[in-house]
Amino acid sequence: MRGRLNVDVAIIGGGLVGSSAALALRAMGMSVALIDSRYCGAQASGVNYGGVRRQGRPPEQLPLAQRAHAIWPRLKERIGIDGEYLCSGHLKLAANETDMASLEAYAAKVSDYGLDLELIGHNDLRRRFPFLGKNIVGASFCPGDGHANPRLVASGFAAAARRAGAHVLENTPVREITRDGGGFVLEAGDVIDVYTPVVVNSAGAWGDEFAALFGEPVPLTRIYPSMVVTEPLAPVLTVNIGMEGGGVYARQVERGNCIVGGERVQPLADPDFSRPRGETALTMMNRAAALFPGLRHAHVIRSWSGTEGMIADRNPVIGPSSTTPGLIHAFGFSGAGFQIAPGVGEVLAELVRDGRSTTPIGAFSISRFAADARQSIDRTIHGSGAEREPEPQQRGV
Amino acid sequence: MTVRPQPLIVGAGPAGVRAAGALVAAGLRPLVVDEAPACGGQIYRQRLVDDGRSTRSLYGSEAPKAERLHRDFAAFEGRIDYWPQALVWSLGDGEAHVALAGRNRKVAYDGLILATGASDRVLPVPGWTLPGVFTLGGAQIALKSQGCAIGSRVVFAGAGPLLYLVAWQYMKAGVNVAAVLDATPLMAKRHLLRGLALEPAIILRGMRFAAELRLRGVAIHYAVEDFAIVGETRVTGVRWRQGGHERSLVCDSVGYGLALRSETQLADLAGCRFTFNERDRAMLPERDISGRSSVVGVYLAGDGAGIAGADAAELAGERAALALLEDRGLPYPPVRALDLERKLTRISRFRDVLEAAFPYPAHWAKRVADDTLICRCEEVTAGTLRQSVRDFAVDEINRLKAVSRIGMGRCQGRFCGASAAEILAAETGRGIDAVGRLRAQPPVKPLPMTLADEKQEAAQ
Repeated sequence: MRGRLNVDVAIIGGGLVGSSAALALRAMGMSVALIDSRYCGAQASGVNYGGVRRQGRPPEQLPLAQRAHAIWPRLKERIGIDGEYLCSGHLKLAANETDMASLEAYAAKVSDYGLDLELIGHNDLRRRFPFLGKNIVGASFCPGDGHANPRLVASGFAAAARRAGAHVLENTPVREITRDGGGFVLEAGDVIDVYTPVVVNSAGAWGDEFAALFGEPVPLTRIYPSMVVTEPLAPVLTVNIGMEGGGVYARQVERGNCIVGGERVQPLADPDFSRPRGETALTMMNRAAALFPGLRHAHVIRSWSGTEGMIADRNPVIGPSSTTPGLIHAFGFSGAGFQIAPGVGEVLAELVRDGRSTTPIGAFSISRFAADARQSIDRTIHGSGAEREPEPQQRGV
Repeated sequence: MTVRPQPLIVGAGPAGVRAAGALVAAGLRPLVVDEAPACGGQIYRQRLVDDGRSTRSLYGSEAPKAERLHRDFAAFEGRIDYWPQALVWSLGDGEAHVALAGRNRKVAYDGLILATGASDRVLPVPGWTLPGVFTLGGAQIALKSQGCAIGSRVVFAGAGPLLYLVAWQYMKAGVNVAAVLDATPLMAKRHLLRGLALEPAIILRGMRFAAELRLRGVAIHYAVEDFAIVGETRVTGVRWRQGGHERSLVCDSVGYGLALRSETQLADLAGCRFTFNERDRAMLPERDISGRSSVVGVYLAGDGAGIAGADAAELAGERAALALLEDRGLPYPPVRALDLERKLTRISRFRDVLEAAFPYPAHWAKRVADDTLICRCEEVTAGTLRQSVRDFAVDEINRLKAVSRIGMGRCQGRFCGASAAEILAAETGRGIDAVGRLRAQPPVKPLPMTLADEKQEAAQ
């Protein structure tokens, strides 16, 4: 017999966004079910690079990033672990004058947001960051940015939500959502029905599937970023490193391992999974050895990849549904969700309680795809291979 | 007409060599990639320099088999491609990446025979990371390949036939063997009588090892529990419990092992389906009696897909190659294939006997003290693992890895994975078959950062 669970809020997706929302909602005294089809924090939240980075984000994301920025140093009091968060600073490198000009233009554009960016020329860069190779013309430094361990932070928020009294349902796919009066019934796994007036869709790379159920198609594709990791080394990289235009990013954790990313891989036959490939690993290794001479004699001991949801305009969907009262979306963070996710969790809790957020999120409304919805989005680029109806389907609405 | 890529054989031990032989006999030219500098695998490992010892002194009663294998492989010259000292570090979908002399070689293959072999299985005990502690296999290699002993007063401990073989080899080499500590009870050895009917020579040889050890005054202790290696900066002794009594011995080195574990990472990368195997108490890639895996064109032979020993490996290597031939539409000898399968089935029955006679003391992992290191690479203790299981409500091994670093280091969980799974199962009250297995990722072994990319070199 199926069990029945009544909660104030049901959250679909136990990543960092969903878990931090669950924790914030529990702090407000609301009952919460946090539901994940597999394990909380095991997808993009747990397998991303781990950059806690505001620098480089578009201006519309910066108020949210600043809100999250205040949370990171206080992880220990919030979730019981510091998540290996290090406020190391983030150094974005320019390989040529054109890229340096882009960094300068960005610094000017976001000067009002309090990132305290510092533009550094070639000579100064060599003096302050001697681990860099010679071919870098300049950089932009954000001293308040840093990095953390995604495996721990994502799992830590879910564990803290559980300790705070959230009903955490893992290995529990939401099979169907029906309307029940003014609320919803979620058929969760094989054994339980969750009754709730509010649903938060924080299902990450799977978030579009739930949005589509409510007539809100989103042009979400999938990306599979891949990283390689060195054996533990004496300190080499003192800051979190990025590159204007992409191609390589790197950080060194306290234990000594250096993590290098910058390439993506293809999915396996099941598009929910991917695996690092030989070529991409080799490319990243060779790039890192060229950029950081101190890593030339290191060994790479492992690699990983994961599934992330990507939206073409590189902004997430955050905010109330445009079709369905009681439904709130937060997904599609396009490979840059880690730093802002704890802030998004707070925003979602405010949306549930107050119907509005104190942090501006208008740019992330799902209604920006309304025009696309009328044209019906071509799902073939989705990567899931799943057959989709040409018209968005509504179920039980 | 497009030429089909050549078959790839990974490993040049008994299975890999026999697989190569069967393909060569059918007119195919396989590429054989092996990590060692010379063929033979672990069991028939060759000396790097000739030190005057006879093959008889190196391989004992198995010398004729070793000589035959080495000789046959040498005779393939010109009909196979052979890359020794080369590491297949990533593969899948008909393409392998091989690290060879500082360069990466990308190889297309059509048909893949994985003969990746096994390594020592160990469970952590107090003191197991002290200098002077070797695995049984490591102790044997030191003697066989380098003519060195691991110490001058050696205790051999653990379980499995290798325990007696290595102790006997050390004794024959003139090393002072202080004792043999067998984790399994003497009563379990009664199962060996069943083995007499199947493989009388092997059983009698094993009995002779034990008898000769005793004759020379080497004490053999059975049903050893709470085994611990003692020492501050290196091994100074061992202690254990036996029948309720505390026992101890002074020694300067320990050879320790609990039989063998399969090297399955490449099968994982090739996409093979895994299932739990009771006899090996491990997740293993599925294979049928012919060596076919769950993936078309991928064949598994030898100890890399389940422990069965060197004789079985030779048979399985040849059988897998015949399956490859058949699947490729080439003529193959079906009668020979059936004969190989019959022999493999017989050996498998014998393995059941050995496993009953030398049961794996899995409970050692459950009882291991909190301060004992489980993962040497990442320095994770049993206590940290148990705490992680509780703090994060973890019930699956990859999640345990994510929150505790277990299996994230240089060995990628090859040596700590089994004990971590036992601890996780014990902490969560689940069966060992229900906690999953560590997923493999490339590189299967550490790679130099500057491994040269052929493709990028060519572009320059």
